Amino acid sequence: MNGDYILEMHHITKEFPGVRALDNVNFKVKRGEIHCLVGENGAGKSTLMKILSGVYRYGSYSGEIIYNGEVQNFQSIGDSEAAGIAIITQELALIPDLSIYENIYFGHEIMEGRVINWNQTIINAGEILKRVRLNVNPSLKVSDLRVGQQQLVEIAKVLSKNAKLIILDEPTASLNEDDSQNLLQLMRDLKKDGVTCIMISHRLKEVVEIADTVTVLRDGATICTMDAANGSLLERDIIRHMVGREIENIYPKRTHIIADETALEVKNWTVFDPVLERTILDDVNIHVKKGEIIGIAGLMGAGRTELALSLFGNSPKYKILSGEIYIEGKRKSFKNTKDAMKEGLAYVTEDRKRNGLILIQDIKFNTTIANLEALTHGIVINENEEVIQVNQYKDALNIKATSIAQLVMNLSGGNQQKVSLGKWLFTNPKILILDEPTRGIDVGAKYEIYSIMNQLVEKEGYSIIMISSELPEILGMSDRIYVMAEGMITGELTAGEATEHRIMAMATKTEEEVS
Amino acid sequence: MEKSSARNGGLLSEVASLARSRIRDYAMFIALAVIFIVFGIFTGGSFLSPRNLTNLINQTGYIAVLAVGMTLVLIISQIDLSVGYVAGFLGAVAAICMVKYNLPVIATIPIILIFGTIIGLVQGLTIGQLGVPAFVTTLAFQFIFRGLLSLVTQESGTIRIDVVPFNNLSNGYVPNIGNIAGMDLLSLLVGVVAVVLIVVSQVRKRKKMLEYRFEVISRPVFAFKLLFFAAAIITLAIVLAKYQGLPWTIVIVSIVVFIYNFMMNNTRLGRYIYGIGGNREAAELAGVNVKRILFFVFCSMGMLAALSGILFSSRLQSASTTAGAGFELDSIASCYIGGVSTSGGIGKVGNTIIGALVIMSLTNGMNLMGVGISYQYVIKGAIFILAVAFDVYTRSRK
Repeated sequence: MNGDYILEMHHITKEFPGVRALDNVNFKVKRGEIHCLVGENGAGKSTLMKILSGVYRYGSYSGEIIYNGEVQNFQSIGDSEAAGIAIITQELALIPDLSIYENIYFGHEIMEGRVINWNQTIINAGEILKRVRLNVNPSLKVSDLRVGQQQLVEIAKVLSKNAKLIILDEPTASLNEDDSQNLLQLMRDLKKDGVTCIMISHRLKEVVEIADTVTVLRDGATICTMDAANGSLLERDIIRHMVGREIENIYPKRTHIIADETALEVKNWTVFDPVLERTILDDVNIHVKKGEIIGIAGLMGAGRTELALSLFGNSPKYKILSGEIYIEGKRKSFKNTKDAMKEGLAYVTEDRKRNGLILIQDIKFNTTIANLEALTHGIVINENEEVIQVNQYKDALNIKATSIAQLVMNLSGGNQQKVSLGKWLFTNPKILILDEPTRGIDVGAKYEIYSIMNQLVEKEGYSIIMISSELPEILGMSDRIYVMAEGMITGELTAGEATEHRIMAMATKTEEEVS
Repeated sequence: MEKSSARNGGLLSEVASLARSRIRDYAMFIALAVIFIVFGIFTGGSFLSPRNLTNLINQTGYIAVLAVGMTLVLIISQIDLSVGYVAGFLGAVAAICMVKYNLPVIATIPIILIFGTIIGLVQGLTIGQLGVPAFVTTLAFQFIFRGLLSLVTQESGTIRIDVVPFNNLSNGYVPNIGNIAGMDLLSLLVGVVAVVLIVVSQVRKRKKMLEYRFEVISRPVFAFKLLFFAAAIITLAIVLAKYQGLPWTIVIVSIVVFIYNFMMNNTRLGRYIYGIGGNREAAELAGVNVKRILFFVFCSMGMLAALSGILFSSRLQSASTTAGAGFELDSIASCYIGGVSTSGGIGKVGNTIIGALVIMSLTNGMNLMGVGISYQYVIKGAIFILAVAFDVYTRSRK
């Protein structure tokens, strides 16, 4: 039994343009166990699972997958499903307006000749629902279910396909405590039935509770695989392996000139998302001083981007249940983004391609779009002035392009990020919110962005709120750090107090202090 | 010797690379040239006669102004299918105002334009505030105005318009100021002035671009481009001068294009329209009031639909029960042929006019050749698909 591996992944290396996401990763899973895969954001967990499930097809990576003793060359998700591997991602793949039973058998309908046998479908669906402990009528629409219940339908769906190895990517991230416990219990049941589960999770409490084995990934490499049966593994051991990295000297030095005046203060900020139908921010209190960089750490889904967007006047999307914003001590409220901009706020988005830049336009267009007022005399945009100013920003930010007439879609990630930053600097803000400012850009460009940030607080008296999933960046740049988890501030640390271990403990809501 | 051949090689490769990368921008000129040549041959030259070309311009007017408004609508990734019957309906209302209530032209035109703007606003509000997709909203309004058009023309049938100043809008000419070798002096003068203005502004623009360190096309290619445009304008001026002179339609369309071109290139509003089309979410986060821009674009579309209705009823000197049918397709096709992107965010008002000329040349040419109206529909539909497929293809290649 001990040596019986259902899955062995050997020497997996996967590269994206400019980044090596996985570097010679080895990953072995025993038959019938619950194997947890942990690591920081960007450690390569999801990439590894996408390779396993055929999302990244054979040939787009190097290395070898041995499943049930045979080498597998999956070309698509269909191939891996046929072999009995199923993946359940965070974005559920259900069709909301169809019934539960239709969803369960979608794509592999029970046929009688050339027509669908609905009666048999409903009967079978009912049996599978019992197996996943979902006690509802299979004819209900999926949209009428809670997220936790939808997750169970998703599991029912993969069980109906006879999956032998189920991959769950952050299954409990959007569930409440009861639903989470229910799901974990279901995983134990599946284990009894001989189904193997791989679970990716940030909730270490659940990991030590349920895992037989834990594998830690960090920076695209396997760090270790540990036996965790019967609660023998402690959360702090996992955290130590998840971080355990020296902060290299990639953060430029800065003289700290933090003023006494508070630039921005947010009190009792509670926000409801009408689409998700849940409270996404719960009584958040933060402040930032003039000349200060604060870091907001936390894992994916902790509510950091939601905090930035709700502060930045994006209220049509969210419902602000309570809370006050003070700018330099004065109470303000923002009806829209423009209001927030008028008070000196700027928000550089997390995903520059989705909502940061207008890719089909040039550098000039993108740089000035948020503050054309500054260039307009009467109704006419002064294009001379515009070119002069944008060229200054291009030089100051060291944007590498043939000219400011170059289309943004033809720039590298780092230069795109600089354009995105330049756009907001052009609005002359006082408080700059940077959401994942260095995501997907190379080390050199990172250093430049950090230098620009330092310059802004040092010389221009900016306040910067930096949201980041990269702990070294948080530690290297921040004067003070807030840690968020599940929509709440779970800790506040000064630069002196903060360590990766302490932040990770707060971000995973680990109760015991980690040494 | 060697040097010059190297330079020639450089020039050739520049032309080749321009042709490759900018084929989308030049395609409409090529299409127009091909159409002119083909119809010129098939009609035994009568397509290219001064009389017919003047005719063609007068016919293009009412589609051209619609297409200008449609360009903005398509840039912000919306669509307006109602414009044809809105134009037809407002043309009929204009006729009723003048014929039945004896309103002067000078009062009728502003009333109709305002009426059109209000119709556009109502559609914009339906899309922006109620969240009904533009496709559905404007399809519904197409039906509504089709009904209203037949309602207002029900008792009288086709309304004949006998108001000369009104009819002159699409049939008349700017008064002559003299003759030169039997040709109208004014059109020649306007042609020369237009060429001078274009050359001066293009040369200045190029100089500025060089100053700004922007990439520019090489001097010979630039010179050739200018020469080409100058030749085209002068030819047009001579053609007009040989017939009856400068049509009022050209004056009206030019004013509309000038205003819209200026707005799109030199004002905040224009930037925001491009911004919303390029990335709505990013524009919203940059503080652009997306809804307000949407309302504006539909108001402008309504107003131009009104202008189109005025030009069309003036052209026919009457308002009929089927006026405006199919205009939406002609104007949308004009935009796509003129280089408006099917995914929004890209498009130029000036190029749309060339697109409109392409579409109306087809109609005009086929009419001259005696192609039946049934075939014309089939051919136009096929060309519409081809134009869009070509657009999608050339953009996906990048």
